[in-house]
Amino acid sequence: MKYLSEYRDAGTVGQYLDEINKVVTRPWTIMEICGGQTHSLVKNGLIGLLPGNVRMVHGPGCPVCVTPLNLIDKAVYLAEEKKVILCSYGDMLRVPGSKKSLLEAKAAGADVRILYSPLEAVLLAKENPGKEVVFFAVGFETTAPANALSVLHAQRQGLKNYSILTSHVLVPPAIEAIVGDDSNVVQGFLAAGHVCTIMGLGEYYPIVEKYHLPIVVTGFEPVDLLHGILMLLKQLERGEYKVENQYTRVVNEWGNPEARAVIDKVFRVTHREWRGIGEIPFSGYELKNAFAGYDANLKFNVQIEKAEESKECIAGQVLRGLKKPFECPQFVKKCKPSNPLGAPMVSSEGACAAYYHFSNMGVMA
Amino acid sequence: MCLAIPGKIQSIELMYDGLVRMAKVSFGGIIKQASLEMLPAANVGDYVLVHVGVAISKVDEAEAAKTFEYLKEIGEIDELIEHTQVDRQPEL
Ligand code: SF4
Repeated sequence: MKYLSEYRDAGTVGQYLDEINKVVTRPWTIMEICGGQTHSLVKNGLIGLLPGNVRMVHGPGCPVCVTPLNLIDKAVYLAEEKKVILCSYGDMLRVPGSKKSLLEAKAAGADVRILYSPLEAVLLAKENPGKEVVFFAVGFETTAPANALSVLHAQRQGLKNYSILTSHVLVPPAIEAIVGDDSNVVQGFLAAGHVCTIMGLGEYYPIVEKYHLPIVVTGFEPVDLLHGILMLLKQLERGEYKVENQYTRVVNEWGNPEARAVIDKVFRVTHREWRGIGEIPFSGYELKNAFAGYDANLKFNVQIEKAEESKECIAGQVLRGLKKPFECPQFVKKCKPSNPLGAPMVSSEGACAAYYHFSNMGVMA
Repeated sequence: MCLAIPGKIQSIELMYDGLVRMAKVSFGGIIKQASLEMLPAANVGDYVLVHVGVAISKVDEAEAAKTFEYLKEIGEIDELIEHTQVDRQPEL
């Protein structure tokens, strides 16, 4: 309890843990989809505090992690060979491609910039009319409105030198890809609160009906997570499968209609390749034809040979909840955040990296 | 990058021929720009969750304070400061 005793809500945490212990009579496997939640669960040592028969496994919800190697190579190529100003979120720029990361390309002289927001990239395009600015637009539904808005802002100002390299992924198709597979072990899901802030709960009802498993929308703070786990366990023990919302103080049933309208205006749903998992049908966004001029893929038409992923990495099994990071033979041995072999080790929100950083908290025991 | 950080709207400006509302939002004293296009009803003094430069949801003051404290504890606010290379004004 050392880490939790430092946390203000240690009392509430204890109460939830007591209740969880009372409710659970059988073993259950629960997956949180969101990488931010994985990080919080592992960092706060919550997994070690849960009863032994509650097994938490960690889903593919880190957009940086599941961005294909090939796209990173493409971004590096654009920065180095096409001399564009390549910008993105800090964690994306740190991920190694098959040869180097974008930050390594920067160290070698390419113009690569860490930005907080894609809207800043549009300002950069305006300030540099002689240069092409490309924003590496990764993210789940939460981030899609910002990336879409950047395109609309560029369009409003008539900027022709701004484009985005999209690697947008969606949560519900990923859940379906996991539970629809014969190997599935997951019995209930914690869904990401911030994704639902945008999308609302509507997409999850057909999933619980089709697969008969409960989904609870949850925040990312320790007490939220434990509360969400408790709600899920109560449903599981009773044999129920409903969509429930733990995070009502932020998420409502309908999400944010303005944000969804902006997404619908700019993006269409497309098949996407998820690093470590493979292609999932209708699991991402790409720009609609009307915005083709802002699509870096079309604008630069770079063909990059597909790089081989490490054969030793079992990311596919980790991201489907079949194996825990420490069950991978390469974990901490050949594979570390400084030399990641696969998707879940590349960003601090990936499951393998979370366990690597905080494995001294007893979560491996 | 996936987190949304709560802050308080300090002021609102209209951009792009009055079509776009941009706010200055204070995150515990760090001021950053955020688009209010997703929250047409947000006003000065409101607390909002901001994700990569876009306000996505209103929250109440207590919730904002609690979440901000937690994000500070886990080091997310440092990242916000680190990535603040701009306090520049877009042309109105
Ligand atoms: S520890 Fe490394 S090699 Fe093993 S599954 Fe995770 S990312 Fe892949």
